Amino acid sequence: MKPSYTLRPLCAALSRPLVPASALVLSLGASAAQAETITVATVNNNDMVIMQSLTEAFEKAHPDITLDWVVLEENVLRQRMTTDIATQGGQFDVMTIGSYEAPIWAERGWLEPLDDLPESYQVDDLLGPVRDGLSHEGSLYALPFYAESSMLYYRKDLFAEAGIEMPEQPTWSQVRNWAEALHDDDGEVAGICLRGKPGWGENMAFVSTLTNTFGGRWFDMDWNAQIDSPAWQEAVAFYVDLLDNYGPAGASSNGFNENLALFSRGNCAMWVDATSAAGKLFDADESQVADQLGFAPAPVAETPKGSHWLWAWALAIPASSDAKDAARQFVTWATSPEYVALVGEREGWTSVPPGTRQSTYDNAEYIEAAPFASFVVDAISKADPLDSSLEPNPYVGVQFVGIPEFQAIGTQVGQMVASALTGETSVEQALSAAQRATERTMKRAGYTD
Amino acid sequence: MTTTTTTGDSVKAPVADAGRGASALRAQRRRKFGITLLGWGVALIIFFPIFWMIVTGFKTEAEAIADPSLIFTPTLESYVEVQERADYLKFAWNSVVVSFGSTLLALLIAVPSAYAMAFLPTKRTKGTLLWMLSTKMLPSVGVLVPIYLLFRDFGLLDTRIGLTIVYTLMNLPIVVWMLYTFFKDLPREILEAGRMDGASTFQEVWYLLLPLTLPGIASTGLLSVILSWNEAFWSLNLTTSQAAPLTAYIASFSSPEGLFWAKLSAASTMAIAPILIFGWLTQKQMVRGLTFGAVK
Repeated sequence: MKPSYTLRPLCAALSRPLVPASALVLSLGASAAQAETITVATVNNNDMVIMQSLTEAFEKAHPDITLDWVVLEENVLRQRMTTDIATQGGQFDVMTIGSYEAPIWAERGWLEPLDDLPESYQVDDLLGPVRDGLSHEGSLYALPFYAESSMLYYRKDLFAEAGIEMPEQPTWSQVRNWAEALHDDDGEVAGICLRGKPGWGENMAFVSTLTNTFGGRWFDMDWNAQIDSPAWQEAVAFYVDLLDNYGPAGASSNGFNENLALFSRGNCAMWVDATSAAGKLFDADESQVADQLGFAPAPVAETPKGSHWLWAWALAIPASSDAKDAARQFVTWATSPEYVALVGEREGWTSVPPGTRQSTYDNAEYIEAAPFASFVVDAISKADPLDSSLEPNPYVGVQFVGIPEFQAIGTQVGQMVASALTGETSVEQALSAAQRATERTMKRAGYTD
Repeated sequence: MTTTTTTGDSVKAPVADAGRGASALRAQRRRKFGITLLGWGVALIIFFPIFWMIVTGFKTEAEAIADPSLIFTPTLESYVEVQERADYLKFAWNSVVVSFGSTLLALLIAVPSAYAMAFLPTKRTKGTLLWMLSTKMLPSVGVLVPIYLLFRDFGLLDTRIGLTIVYTLMNLPIVVWMLYTFFKDLPREILEAGRMDGASTFQEVWYLLLPLTLPGIASTGLLSVILSWNEAFWSLNLTTSQAAPLTAYIASFSSPEGLFWAKLSAASTMAIAPILIFGWLTQKQMVRGLTFGAVK
């Protein structure tokens, strides 16, 4: 038997980390009893990264509270938070949720109502549509951190070269003509960039607004799916034709990030997407087209209703939190006018979380630093989640339907639209398959017979 | 005549043999070269994504998303930012504790069970082994809610002990299977000889079985460490901040909004570095373990 074969060194090496591990687990149990530590779950978006970097400022102002961060990608975080909240796990004290979840989770009793906010919070300063989107039966359940709508970005230099003037309100047929004129067949500059990556928050956010303005809706007043209606056919056929002919290569795998990169490198003449991209596109460090950036309201077709979306990222307190008071102090701090001012001073005014407070848009420093500010506040104010389609609909939401089943429906329909975009199926086939799938889901969920 | 013939044959034969030998040698060399080339090709294909990740970590965000290029000015910008935003050492320590802890625990359970199955089999042993393996076929998400509820009630959410238990259970079927095959290859006579000399069951395992199958045990342990280190589903779902390992650290740099490739690559490089170094240092045991038994 060779001495090297003895197990002792291996066992010793393996067991070593366990000793401090058990000691640390014991100390963990002790720290959990202190209600002052709050766990904040958030996404890895730029505005949230800034919030995380200001932890020290919050802890200095609230010495009895310390912050613990859990940062995850949006979809992972949503699944993680849903598991915890549905099982009353109590792992989080503050959650970052969107306009889609807020009313649904509030209805289920998963969130703490955020009424009785202190006067200094200036709740009336919050923009109306954003506030309504985060409320349920008149009570606010999440405080808006930043909000966005959608708009048209374009390259001023390319438009000037082609002799095109941007009207105050562009239409989709104009956009098609401009895309045709500006599209470079060598693949250097695409006429237009749009979302193609499937997902309810990716391609369907855009396709929903396009369908809205073409006169379509997701459901009629009796919750019957309308996806095979002429308006949907027309809108999706228009979308597929536009991207096929004048879009960038591989458009079906482009989401917000990919298009942001394409546009900021100068590879797109136009792009319709979130207003939150404006700050990044205007930043000369990140964008090569910062000095040539033009913007206009999202294009319209049949109706202006629902032509641009409304989305807010908000902070909510789960009912299962055991540190609700401390959590409340944090959410009111992070969404307060003082926080906006703090970010403006430390990070520069283009970095302040946009779209939540009127006072941000009354601030001369912000208006000066962010020329897109008035567009954004205008788009947000005009978005109406309660009246987002030409014909009446029973749901809340512009680019989504505020029912729990929509995540599944939106993603499924998104995949079918993407398959039409890649040419795997025809638009008619894709939409009729989407219609059948949606009908099935709605029937199973008890909305229809 | 006979002599001549014999001489003629004996002269011709070595010449022919030498010719055949030379061409066989050439063919062998060619084959060896071909196999080496193939080996390098496969290794490069496997390593390329890791290489690209390491390279991307040294680019700026704009360069990371631009057209792929190897010509750029390396920067540590992403590493600095990644380090500013999250405490790498805390996550790394959690990874070390959980992956080594779960491996040790799995080996402690698996060695006796594999011993029993290899040397004292019953008619149900094969069925038990297959059943154990079948638990690996269930997608993890299928048992997420029951496990989450159990963890909540036992206070194991966001604890290293909790994650260690889950990883142990997750790897146990593979560990038992691997040990079982290594043990089965060991001639029973050796253990019987030990028993004749008066060794107890414990002594038989400790002084005979384990030392003789140590390469196999080491490679099983290494595999278990690597599987635990890379596990992302349970670590993301059962931890928040205190017990989160490196997989959660990487996940926090992914984003649907904004540019993040360089930071994600920097974080990933830092996350795989310890296990890569560990794998490098222990590759001898690993290879010996994986080929152990094949030459018998």
